[in-house]
Amino acid sequence: MALKIVKGSIDRMFDKNLQDLVRGIRNHKEDEAKYISTCIDEIKQELKQDNIAVKANAVCKLTYLQMLGYDVSWAAFNIVEVMSSSKFTYKRIGYLAASQCFHESTDVIMLTTNQIRKDLSSPNQYDTGVALTGLSCFVTPDLARDLANDIMTLMSHTKPYIRKKAVLIMYKVFLKYPESLRPAFPRLKEKLEDPDPGVQSAAVNVICELARRNPKNYLSLAPLFFKLMTSSTNNWVLIKIIKLFGALTPLEPRLGKKLIEPLTNLIHSTSAMSLLYECVNTVIAVLISLSSGMPNHSASIQVMKYLGLLAMSKILKTHPKSVQSHKDLILQCLDDKDESIRLRALDLLYGMVSKKNLMEIVKKLMLHVDKAEGTTYRDELLTKIIDICSQSNYQYITNFEWYISILVELTRLEGTRHGHLIASQMLDVAIRVKAIRAFAVAQMATLLDNAHLLTGNMQRNGICEVLYAAAWICGEFSEHLENPMQTLEAMLRPKVATLPGHIQAVYVQNAAKLFATVLKSQEGNTDSTAAQETSQLMIDRLPLFVQSANLEVQERASCILQLVKYIQKLQQKDVEVAEEVNALFAGELNPVAPKAQKKVPVPEGLDLDAWINEPPSESESEDEQPKAIFAKEEPKHSRPRHTEVDEKELARRREVRKQEQANNPFYIKASPSSQKVYQDTPGVEHIPVVQIDLSVPLKVPGLPMSDQYVKLEEERRQKERAEKKKKVKKNRKEKRSGRGKKHDSGPESEEDITPAHLVDIVTEEMPEVCWSCYSQKQHSNCLSLCFGFPRPLADSEKLPVRSHRAAEALKSPVEDGDARSAAIQEPKKKSSKEKREKKKDKDRDRKVKLKYFFENYVPFILKIALPSVYLVDETMLFSPIKVYDIQGNLQDGSQVVVSVIFENKCDSFLKSMEFNVLDSLNTKLQRPEGSGPHDGLAVPFQLPPGVSNEAQFVFTVQSIVMPQKLKGTLTFIVKNEDSSTHEKLDFKLHFTCTSYLITTPCYSDAFAKLLESGDLKSSSVRLEGVNMPFHHLLARICFHHHFSVVERIDSCASMYSRSVQGHHVCLLVKTAGQTVNVDAKCDEPTLLGNVLDEIKQTFSQC
Amino acid sequence: MHFLLLFSRQGKLRLQKWFTPLTDREKKKVIRDMMMLVLARPQRFCNFLQWRDLKIVYKRYASLYFCAALDNQDNELLTLEVLHRYVELLDKYFGNVCELDIIFNFEKAYFILDEFLMGGEILETSKAAVGVCLEEADTLQETVEEYMSKPAY
Repeated sequence: MALKIVKGSIDRMFDKNLQDLVRGIRNHKEDEAKYISTCIDEIKQELKQDNIAVKANAVCKLTYLQMLGYDVSWAAFNIVEVMSSSKFTYKRIGYLAASQCFHESTDVIMLTTNQIRKDLSSPNQYDTGVALTGLSCFVTPDLARDLANDIMTLMSHTKPYIRKKAVLIMYKVFLKYPESLRPAFPRLKEKLEDPDPGVQSAAVNVICELARRNPKNYLSLAPLFFKLMTSSTNNWVLIKIIKLFGALTPLEPRLGKKLIEPLTNLIHSTSAMSLLYECVNTVIAVLISLSSGMPNHSASIQVMKYLGLLAMSKILKTHPKSVQSHKDLILQCLDDKDESIRLRALDLLYGMVSKKNLMEIVKKLMLHVDKAEGTTYRDELLTKIIDICSQSNYQYITNFEWYISILVELTRLEGTRHGHLIASQMLDVAIRVKAIRAFAVAQMATLLDNAHLLTGNMQRNGICEVLYAAAWICGEFSEHLENPMQTLEAMLRPKVATLPGHIQAVYVQNAAKLFATVLKSQEGNTDSTAAQETSQLMIDRLPLFVQSANLEVQERASCILQLVKYIQKLQQKDVEVAEEVNALFAGELNPVAPKAQKKVPVPEGLDLDAWINEPPSESESEDEQPKAIFAKEEPKHSRPRHTEVDEKELARRREVRKQEQANNPFYIKASPSSQKVYQDTPGVEHIPVVQIDLSVPLKVPGLPMSDQYVKLEEERRQKERAEKKKKVKKNRKEKRSGRGKKHDSGPESEEDITPAHLVDIVTEEMPEVCWSCYSQKQHSNCLSLCFGFPRPLADSEKLPVRSHRAAEALKSPVEDGDARSAAIQEPKKKSSKEKREKKKDKDRDRKVKLKYFFENYVPFILKIALPSVYLVDETMLFSPIKVYDIQGNLQDGSQVVVSVIFENKCDSFLKSMEFNVLDSLNTKLQRPEGSGPHDGLAVPFQLPPGVSNEAQFVFTVQSIVMPQKLKGTLTFIVKNEDSSTHEKLDFKLHFTCTSYLITTPCYSDAFAKLLESGDLKSSSVRLEGVNMPFHHLLARICFHHHFSVVERIDSCASMYSRSVQGHHVCLLVKTAGQTVNVDAKCDEPTLLGNVLDEIKQTFSQC
Repeated sequence: MHFLLLFSRQGKLRLQKWFTPLTDREKKKVIRDMMMLVLARPQRFCNFLQWRDLKIVYKRYASLYFCAALDNQDNELLTLEVLHRYVELLDKYFGNVCELDIIFNFEKAYFILDEFLMGGEILETSKAAVGVCLEEADTLQETVEEYMSKPAY
């Protein structure tokens, strides 16, 4: 026997192995067939040998040749021989060959039954594995019948590796031998809840495939699958489940309704195209089933419409062009009876407008405004129209006369709440678009004239706010008025007294302005009676306002009344006063950026923080103070004086602001790129104001009709186009090179449409803070406050980015722990200090801790599942690793702050990042008011290549006893020199229970009382093989799990921590050799269990 | 999934896996058809085509075409992900996989596939789990080979 083996291996040395064969074939390109036929002869010789190794080698080569298209069926028996070898190496090759070469009509398959059965029950899981894999390829009805029982037993095998294979192969068995389905099904169903995700997904796969053939039998599983669908985070499995539902819904229409919500959630949140596609597929299936199975046919169409619009809004973000072509369809949806569909359509329209279609879209919307029933929807329409028109600095408006007339038309709406919106738009446009002022003034004058139309039923009518704007515009730009006298009279009508106080005040003030203008025009005349009559008119009418209940109106009116009386006296003496009266209101109004105030230096000697009067006592009521309705207050033309900047004062104020920001956990640092030197900004003159007047005045008497502008605009564009064409023709004539571009054909592009008026755009380049000084200062501050931290924040220029967890944090756990406890105790020592200072110190302290925390404490790694792998893998655009930290909020037990560090690892610029999380019932991302539950939060910075920055997000948490994972997506735009693409990244946020714990110091007596109280449930955990000094271990628990040490005696220590919701967690840690016993008590057993699990995990990772 | 084929741009078959058993003649015909259809398509075309009553999903990675056939109700995008995942697995196992790796270690390529797909269904969605299984099976095989003191394939 021994001789045989030796002989075999000597023979073997002269054989070709597979690699030799492949190489040989590649070297004999010309006479491949001949070479292979000699090889096959050799193989035949090898197969005749007794040595199994030689045979296996031969079979392996045959498998390769089979792939090249050579018939190897003659060797089927040898394959079976190799399969039945007891060595895994050969068995593996044998089964591979069998799975490649055998088919149902291969007769030797019958011989394999017993061998396979033997392998299935092999103690080696990989023997069983290859047998199952092979069987899956060549299973015949006979094999299925004979082996079904064995495979069923394997479905409950202890190893998940075998279980999942057995589950999957059952599908093949069912197909070949359907009788096995009934007995096997209960076990299959069981596997849906298998603890191993692989087995679970295999079971889902099988049932999904079965259900597609005969869905009826699987309806009963729907609730189970529904649960799986809402809980699973595995996209592969989700797709199958959703597919299954697609098969089930035609049979059970009620299911469709239930599915809509989770499906929409998925559509909203996923970035995996395949999952999205499957969702949409199923939604369609659901819809078809709804429409066929249910009597109310229209409901399904509505659902379809809604989802369609939803999908479009998703597409719109990345491919606006493709959605724009469906404009008409979307406009049709505005006619829908269902309000939610209409609102969706409106949302879409907002993103769809361009210079070209703005007028048309708004025209359609105006029609709907007229038709609309119900004020809420009409108000929504109104705000949308204004939003659409005013978005990004009136970017899409080419004709402002049209816009003004739209606004005026909107004032005819009854009962809207949004009068102030229209008013502020009017003001904004009139101030910023100089060319439009004359037109605007004319319109406003008509409006004032017809004020009685607007104020039909004054009390609940918000539209009268418009009069505020109208009065102000008429007064301020009165030089453009055709007939100021008439307007003046309109403004002084007795009916005005019924308007709200703040509007009356504006009326009075602007009446004075108008009066000045009128005087000026009348004084030139030889006849002075006209001027005197005007004064008389004022004197007659103003007392009405002097009696007003509103203080502001009263004050202004009496002021102006006295002034006019004085003027009248002068007039009677034939003194020319117009000049001087006009001087009262002289000066040009310029638009100013909202942040411009910051640029104005504070005059020397002015302490803004000093009280001018003694602070008011709290009992003083605030009712009497007039409310400011608009952000824009009455304009005053006093220019700020420019004085030298007081360095000290500036520094002091900066300090105060820094403190404020540092103490505000939601304050996010701007990127250092927005650096500004403070002193270089002396005054308002330096605010760049783009002023280009390009007027196309069109006089339209009476109330404007916006429609005519649509026509006019069309004509204007045509003219422009024609001119352009001419130019192009000229160019062509000049060039004659034959490379003429097709300028004249095709629709004009966005850029070709030039606006008729230009908006004064105030470039907002004012920084909020000058970061250069800020960050430098801050560091020195930190250093001085560091309380002897072992490692000062020297490397803090770089934002902390740790790619892996333990490496950094492990370095000095003791030191970290000490530093932390030092930091905690510090404020206590300062108890003798003055109250206010102490508070400041504490704040600073907290800030330092926070910062230290970010630098050195890296508790979690954001795990990002990348289902749509080609998106990210091919380009490596964005680093998949981000480090984040979850901290409970001390003040509010239901809030958790998550700090996320975004690092850009690619070479492109990343911008417009949007962070979104799919809320669970328990944990919700806090979004600003007014945004929907699926809206993302904009990340307030952009990332140049290689830069990282940190943002914080606030979550509200209801229950903190369980850890939680939230799925989320980050969308962002990747900008290269030549292109920019929209990308998405999926990630998961793990809220561990530890993150809800807050390090809270506890004294030993209080600790003892707490333990005695008996309210606490206890639990314990044992950590094996912990190979570190005890103080390291404690530091580690303190550090990673937010505990503080209460007392330590030798190898035993008590620790304490408190959750954000006030649960006490007490630990007793004892060590003996390499074993650590942690006995724990807490008033919430679930929380305790989870915290202990997390502690265990921490130590299992070291 | 009914079958998975890997073939080169020159029309050489590199790997074939049939999840529904066919006779050799049928297989040859299918392979010929697939190559004709897929290789004729320009690169910018979409990755899907209809063939008889099956949907064909293919994707080209370097010089290799990965081509799979699925039922009409199946999800094409999911199949693309499956193909990509298989490439990732190969890549992980061979370390920057190239066509030659698959030619010379074609049985390994099959073993990887067997751990990932079974009977045309996804067996294991976790890359790590597949890697572990392969490694364990390989050590099993290699120790046996060492025992027999023969060079590894």
